[in-house]
Amino acid sequence: MTKPEGTVSKPGSSKEYKTGAWRTKRPIFKLLKCNDCRICVAVCPDGVVFGTNKKYWADLDYCKGCGICAEECPMKDIEMIVEVK
Amino acid sequence: MKKVIEGSMAVAEAVKVCRPHVISAYPITPQTHIVENLSQFVADEELKAEFVNVESEFGAASVVLGASATGARAYSATTAQGLLLMVEVLFNIAGLRLPVVITCTNRAVSAPINIWNDQQDAMTIRDSGWIMLFAEDNQEAADMHLQAFKIGEHPEIMLPVMVNMDGFILTHAFEPIELLDQKVADEFLPPYKPELYLTTKNPLTFGILAEPDWYMETRYRLQKAIEASSDMIEEVADQFKKTFGRYQGGLVEKYRLDGAETVIVSMGSVVGTIKEVADELRDKGKKIGVLKIRAFRPFPKEAIYDALKNVKNVIVMEKAISLGATGILYDEIKAALYGRPNQPKVSGFIAGLGGRDIPKESIVKVIKKGETSEVDNLFVDLKEHLIGGK
Amino acid sequence: MAKDELTVEKKIKEKEEIVESLLTPGHKACSGCGLALAARTVMNTAGKDIIVTAATGCLEVFSTSYPHSAWKMPWIHSLFENSAAVAAGIEVALKALGREKEAKIIAQGGDGATADIGIGCLSGMFERGHNILYVCYDNEAYMNTGVQRSSLTPFEAWTSTSPSGKVSWGNPTEKKNMPAIAAAHGIPYVATASVAYLKDLEKKVKKALDIVGPKYLQIHAPCPLGWAHEPYDTIKVAKLAVQTGLIPLYEMENGVITSVRKIAKKAPVEEYLKLQGRFRHLFKKPGFEKELERIQAMADATIKKFNLM
Repeated sequence: MTKPEGTVSKPGSSKEYKTGAWRTKRPIFKLLKCNDCRICVAVCPDGVVFGTNKKYWADLDYCKGCGICAEECPMKDIEMIVEVK
Repeated sequence: MKKVIEGSMAVAEAVKVCRPHVISAYPITPQTHIVENLSQFVADEELKAEFVNVESEFGAASVVLGASATGARAYSATTAQGLLLMVEVLFNIAGLRLPVVITCTNRAVSAPINIWNDQQDAMTIRDSGWIMLFAEDNQEAADMHLQAFKIGEHPEIMLPVMVNMDGFILTHAFEPIELLDQKVADEFLPPYKPELYLTTKNPLTFGILAEPDWYMETRYRLQKAIEASSDMIEEVADQFKKTFGRYQGGLVEKYRLDGAETVIVSMGSVVGTIKEVADELRDKGKKIGVLKIRAFRPFPKEAIYDALKNVKNVIVMEKAISLGATGILYDEIKAALYGRPNQPKVSGFIAGLGGRDIPKESIVKVIKKGETSEVDNLFVDLKEHLIGGK
Repeated sequence: MAKDELTVEKKIKEKEEIVESLLTPGHKACSGCGLALAARTVMNTAGKDIIVTAATGCLEVFSTSYPHSAWKMPWIHSLFENSAAVAAGIEVALKALGREKEAKIIAQGGDGATADIGIGCLSGMFERGHNILYVCYDNEAYMNTGVQRSSLTPFEAWTSTSPSGKVSWGNPTEKKNMPAIAAAHGIPYVATASVAYLKDLEKKVKKALDIVGPKYLQIHAPCPLGWAHEPYDTIKVAKLAVQTGLIPLYEMENGVITSVRKIAKKAPVEEYLKLQGRFRHLFKKPGFEKELERIQAMADATIKKFNLM
C-alpha cells in the first residue's frame, strides 16, 4: 500500500506518549540487597525497568506504577512509595 | 484469434495473464468454474501463484488482504452469500488501501435461497470504498480484470476493484473470446511494486486505531481516492483500446444516444438485450438509446448527466432494490440529475430478480410504460396470480 | 538543559543498548497488564525478524492508537476474527514473492478472537499447514469491551455477561479445551504457558519458532481490571493458577504430550480464587462451600490428567 496518511504508523512511536503521568505510586530501587536476578526487568509489563550490575531503575516517563517489580523482587529490595506531583 | 470458451474460463485466462501471486477462494455457485480453472493453471504451472483453499469466503478475503499487504498481487472470486460473508473484510481492504481484485459473479441473495442471477449481492458493498465495475459480456468481463489491476494499483488510487459479471448468464455462457496475449498484457500491467508493505526492511504498523481526532480524515482521503479513480478508469479503458483494440466504454458506454428521446439505463448482461431492442426500435424510427453503467463506484454522475441531459424519458432497469426504498441505480441516477437544467423524467423498474428472464418483449413494455408515465419500483413481469392478484 | 535531564537522557540511551524491546513503552495497556507482559516477552524472544498480525482487542487498541505504534516489527491488524487468515496470506505472499527467508510469522489474538469468533480462520490456518506461530493471550474474557464472557472464561467466574446472581454462580461452563482442539489438527507443536513463568514462556516461543508448520501457544495472562485483582498481583495470581492445577502448563509435539510443568507444592483453589474479585461471590453466597469443592475437584482432575504432581 502506498497511502500512509492516517493508516500507517512508524515503529516504536508510542514513546511519544508518556504514560508515567498515570502513576499514583513509584518504585524505589533501594539497591541494598540486589542479587542481579533481573526479575524486575523481566516482569515489567511495560518493559521500562532497566539496569545491570546491581544497579536498576525504572524509566519514570513510562512506569505506570503497577508495583509488580516490588511484589516479585525476591530480596524485597524495591519499595513502592506514593507519588507526589 | 478468437476461441469459443465459457465465460468463467475467459475470466480465468484473463486473471492468469495478470500474474497474481496469491489466489484464495471458497467455492460457491456460480463462481466455481473461475477458481477451478485457476487452480488447474496453478497445478499445471501455467500460472506461478499460491492458490489457497480456505474454510470460508471470510477466510478467502482475509488471506488476500494479508497477501496484498505483504506486497503481493492478490485475487479472489465469489458471489451472493459468499460476498455477504466477506463484507466486513471488504470494508477493511478498502480502508487499508489494498488493490485486491475480486470477481463477483452476481447472484440473488437468500432467503429464499436462489443461485440464479441478479445484482443484489454487489449492491450490499456499494458503500465500502471498492471500485465496482460491471461487465456486459464475457469479452468485457475478461478484459476488465486486466484493467482492474491497473486501475487499483495506480499509486494515486490504491483501491480494491470488484469486477461484476452476471452469474450463469455470463459465467456459464460459451462465446468467442479474444484471449489476452501474455507479453502485451505484461507491458500493459507491469509488476506490482507498492511503496509501503509489510517488510522487515521498513517495519511499519498497518491497521491502526484511529480515534475521533484522526478517523474522519482517513475516510475523506478514501473518498478523494475513489473520486480520483474516475479519470483513471477512463484513461485505462483508452490505453486498453490502444493496446488491444477493444473498447467497451469507460465509466459509461453511450449506445445510440444521438437524438434519443428515451434512454434506458442499466448494468451488466441485460444491456446486451436492451441494445438489441433499441436497434429494432430505431429501425422502426423510434428515438431510443442505451446508457450502460460500467463503473457503479465511483458513481459517474457527471458522465450520466452529460449523457441524459437532453433526453425526455429516462428508464432505469435494474436487478436489485433497496428494500423499503427504491431501486438503487434509479435513486442514484435521479440524484445525479436533480436540480440541474434539462432534467428528464426518470422511471425505475426492477427486473430479473433471482434469475427471472428478461425477454425483449418485456423491455419493449418497460419502454412504453416509461414513455407514457413516471413510475418507480415497478416490478417487471410479476406473476400476479402468485401474489394474490388476478 | 538541566543536569538532571542530561542524566535521564544518558540513561535512555544506555538502556536502549541494554534492551531492544520490540513492544515499546508509551502503549496504553492498564497498569499491571498481564497481556502486555506476555506480548512483550513473546516479541523480544522472537527477535526483530518477524512479521506480526493481531486480532482486534486490548492488544491492538492499547498499542496502535494513531499516529503512534508500540510495535517495532512489521505489524498488521485487520479484524477481530481473521488474525490467523491474514497471517496465512502473509505467509503465502512471502513464498510467492521469494521472500520466505525474510521473516517468521506470528499471529496473535485474545481468547475471544482465538477460541470464539476467529476459530474458523484459525482452524483453516492449522489445517493448511502454514508456517506460523499463533499466540493466544488468554485473559479469560472479552476485556476490551468490558469483561464479557468468552468460551475460555473459567467455571463460575463473574463476567459482565455471566454475572453471579440469585440463581447464578457466574459462568456456568468450563474453559473450552483450545490446546486440544489445536492439537487435533495434527499440528507439530502446541503449548501452554503463563506470565508467571517467563523463562518457560521464552523457551516455548524459541522452540515453536524453530519448528516448521503451524504452532499454537496459549498464554495465561491475568487482567487486573477484568479479574479484579491488584495490579501488583498479576504474577502472583498467574502463579497460583498454575500451582492449583487449574492452568496446566505443558507441551504437545505431534499430538503427544512431551512435557508438563510439575507442581512442587499444590495450592488449594481458594487461595487462587480469593485474590480475585471475579470469584468474590464464591465466598459469600450461601452454599458456596459446595461450589468451591466442585472447583477443587476440577483442579484435582486436571492434576491427575496431566500428571502434574
